[in-house]
Amino acid sequence: MAEIVMPRLSDTMEEGVLSRWLKKVGDQVHKGDVLAEIETDKATMDLESFEEGVLERLLVEAGSTVSIGTAVALVGDGSGADEPAARDDSSAPDLSSPPSVQLAQPLPAQAQTSALKPPAAPVPTAQDGRFRASPLARKVARDNGIDLATVTGTGPEGRVVRADITDAIAAARDAHAAAHPESAAHPEFPGQTRAHPTSSVGGAAPAPTPHTTEGDERIPLNNIRRITAARLTESQAVPHFSLTMVVDAEKLLAFRSQVNATLAAAGGATTGEATTGGAKISVNDLLMRAAALTIRAHPHVNSSWAGDSIVRHGRINVGFAVAIEDGLMVPVVTDADRKTLSEISTETRALAARARAGKLKPDEFSGGTFTISNLGMFGIDEFTAVINPPEAAILAVGAASPQPTLRDGQLINVPTMKITLTVDHRVLDGATAAAFLRDLTHVLEEPLRIVV
Amino acid sequence: MTNDHAPETVAPAAEQNAPIITYRQALNETLRAEMIRDPDVFLMGEEIGVFEGSYKITAGLLAEFGPKRVVDTPIAEEGFTGAAIGAAMLGMRPVVEIMTINFSLKAVDQIVNHAAKIHSMFGGQASVPMVIRTPGGGGQQLAATHSQNLEVWYAHIPGLKVVAPSTPADAKALLLAAIRDDDPVIFLENLGLYNTKGPVPAGDEAAEIGKAAVVKPGTDLTVVSYSHGTVIALEVAHKLEEEGVSVEVVDLRSLRPLDRDTICESVRKTSRAVVFEEDWLSYGIGAEIAATIGEGAFDYLDAAVRRVAAAEVPLPYSKPLERAALPDAAALSKVIREILDATRFAR
Repeated sequence: MAEIVMPRLSDTMEEGVLSRWLKKVGDQVHKGDVLAEIETDKATMDLESFEEGVLERLLVEAGSTVSIGTAVALVGDGSGADEPAARDDSSAPDLSSPPSVQLAQPLPAQAQTSALKPPAAPVPTAQDGRFRASPLARKVARDNGIDLATVTGTGPEGRVVRADITDAIAAARDAHAAAHPESAAHPEFPGQTRAHPTSSVGGAAPAPTPHTTEGDERIPLNNIRRITAARLTESQAVPHFSLTMVVDAEKLLAFRSQVNATLAAAGGATTGEATTGGAKISVNDLLMRAAALTIRAHPHVNSSWAGDSIVRHGRINVGFAVAIEDGLMVPVVTDADRKTLSEISTETRALAARARAGKLKPDEFSGGTFTISNLGMFGIDEFTAVINPPEAAILAVGAASPQPTLRDGQLINVPTMKITLTVDHRVLDGATAAAFLRDLTHVLEEPLRIVV
Repeated sequence: MTNDHAPETVAPAAEQNAPIITYRQALNETLRAEMIRDPDVFLMGEEIGVFEGSYKITAGLLAEFGPKRVVDTPIAEEGFTGAAIGAAMLGMRPVVEIMTINFSLKAVDQIVNHAAKIHSMFGGQASVPMVIRTPGGGGQQLAATHSQNLEVWYAHIPGLKVVAPSTPADAKALLLAAIRDDDPVIFLENLGLYNTKGPVPAGDEAAEIGKAAVVKPGTDLTVVSYSHGTVIALEVAHKLEEEGVSVEVVDLRSLRPLDRDTICESVRKTSRAVVFEEDWLSYGIGAEIAATIGEGAFDYLDAAVRRVAAAEVPLPYSKPLERAALPDAAALSKVIREILDATRFAR
């Protein structure tokens, strides 16, 4: 009988919540069939079967938190026993039929063989692909959700021994107890909207206990809410300031209408569906590309705080905040400065849809270097966004609304939009941030520059 | 590691009142008691009667039981071992003394090809309830051909049982078990143990062959050893105890069957293991133990299993060279410290 184990779905994943079983005991299972949904830190992903056979036992209940590598179900030949069931006459191979017919059915013996395969070992590897750690250290790390790659070994030839792991566990506990600001910075995973494998969330500053009365409802935190809360708490430790500019959005909105009209005329029949899925370019798409292009000229903005250094990122990956039912997701458009408007548009809509469905993959919400948060569609004129650590800056975008504006001495009605840049002051200073914001404003006011 | 070196084992409370006797006496008294208890038990070997044995294990027995039950044989190991096998097949319970394990090589065909296999090859119709007692080990300045630890030769063979008591109490309990066992048992004595003393309980309670003993409990590191090696391991363990290192000593007692459970259970507790053996390193008992730990306690190891064994040379006659070739307390202590350092053990 073969074991189905909790897979490692991201580099730093240590455990996952098996939120829902999609197959039940007795179901026939084929390779690639989705057996269950796994809730990781921020995404819900499918657990696919690598085995053929009958789902014989579920080893964990839906809703359980399970360490990676732990068996969650058994797939066998349906006999319910380790040994293949003795064939009765009805299932005896028909000797007159060609052998290929027999092969069409998975043989019990194959299930037996696969049961002998050890479960995929979730062992992290160092950069050279080799990793020295004693078996005990690996076990203790696994049991405590410590990523071996983050531990320095003190044994012979740098081997990680148990003492190194117990130190790491103690250090993690201390760090969280002290709510140390540096713990917010994880240069290995810049912008990754994800908590540390250990209980960083529970370790956040103790919350005051709210007064409760009859009729109050206590809602347990799900993973996403918990991590959103932890990330935002980390973010408050960042010394930050905000700058606001007013953008004359007249040309931007006109440009958007023009682009969409052109796409509609050209599309439908051939390319429209393929490039934009039949929908229009949004103000947000224009902002994403405008910000990405402006960042190219202001590489300082494309940075992350790494505790003892600043990481200047080579790629410009722009994340955009998406409100979902139980929290906040920041899917990321990688290399946004090198993608066309329609590419960005297609991608953002797909990502947002997956985010709302809780189906984002870890690489779709990690690796961001800059974030845009847009509440314009809710009619919010102006706001400041909370930095998404360890990124250096976040742009808050308000609604474009008609404002009385002086132009050439005339008071006229002009659609304007307020954009607010919140900046990690450890990474960026006022003048640097202001220059970026000024140039971004210029791009938005001369929207042809967004496409050329 | 000479005959005059006779450390006393620490007696458990229940044995405080047991008489303190030597390993040699324990064997002698047990042979005598078994011959009284069971008239089918008889002894065979070179110089065991009139001369009372090269190591005086059979002292007084010829006088007490006569030449039919204490049989002096010619110098012909293959012949008298074969004769004993025949007697055992017909229901007798021979206890053969082969003067040293080095001479047992003369009888290897009888032991390996016949004694070990008869029960299986004849479909269980015959058994070979015999014991081959034979001392071995170095440290006595007896030179290369008289100082060997050849136990692994026999421990390798299915059909044989191989025991190696390290204390007078075990010498008695395991000899009782060996004589009463219906299969051929190789009973390994060690020249360095004959004069060691310890409490030996009265009565005739036989040991369970195949069961190891945790002779000193500990939490930080496991030393697995057997026979004379256990005595040295205990000495080291008690010394390290004073430094705050808690060493657990596992005495195998039986090399075949091997008590893998007790070994692995100990290592799962301590996470560090050293095998101490007086035979040669390559393909030795230590290799078997290390593999057993790898299979049964891999996830609990914080360092590789280390082996401390004899230098891989024919044992020299010269006293200083012989000492240098045999593993001792200093060699064991050194390796233990290396493992503790490698795993950042804080003393």
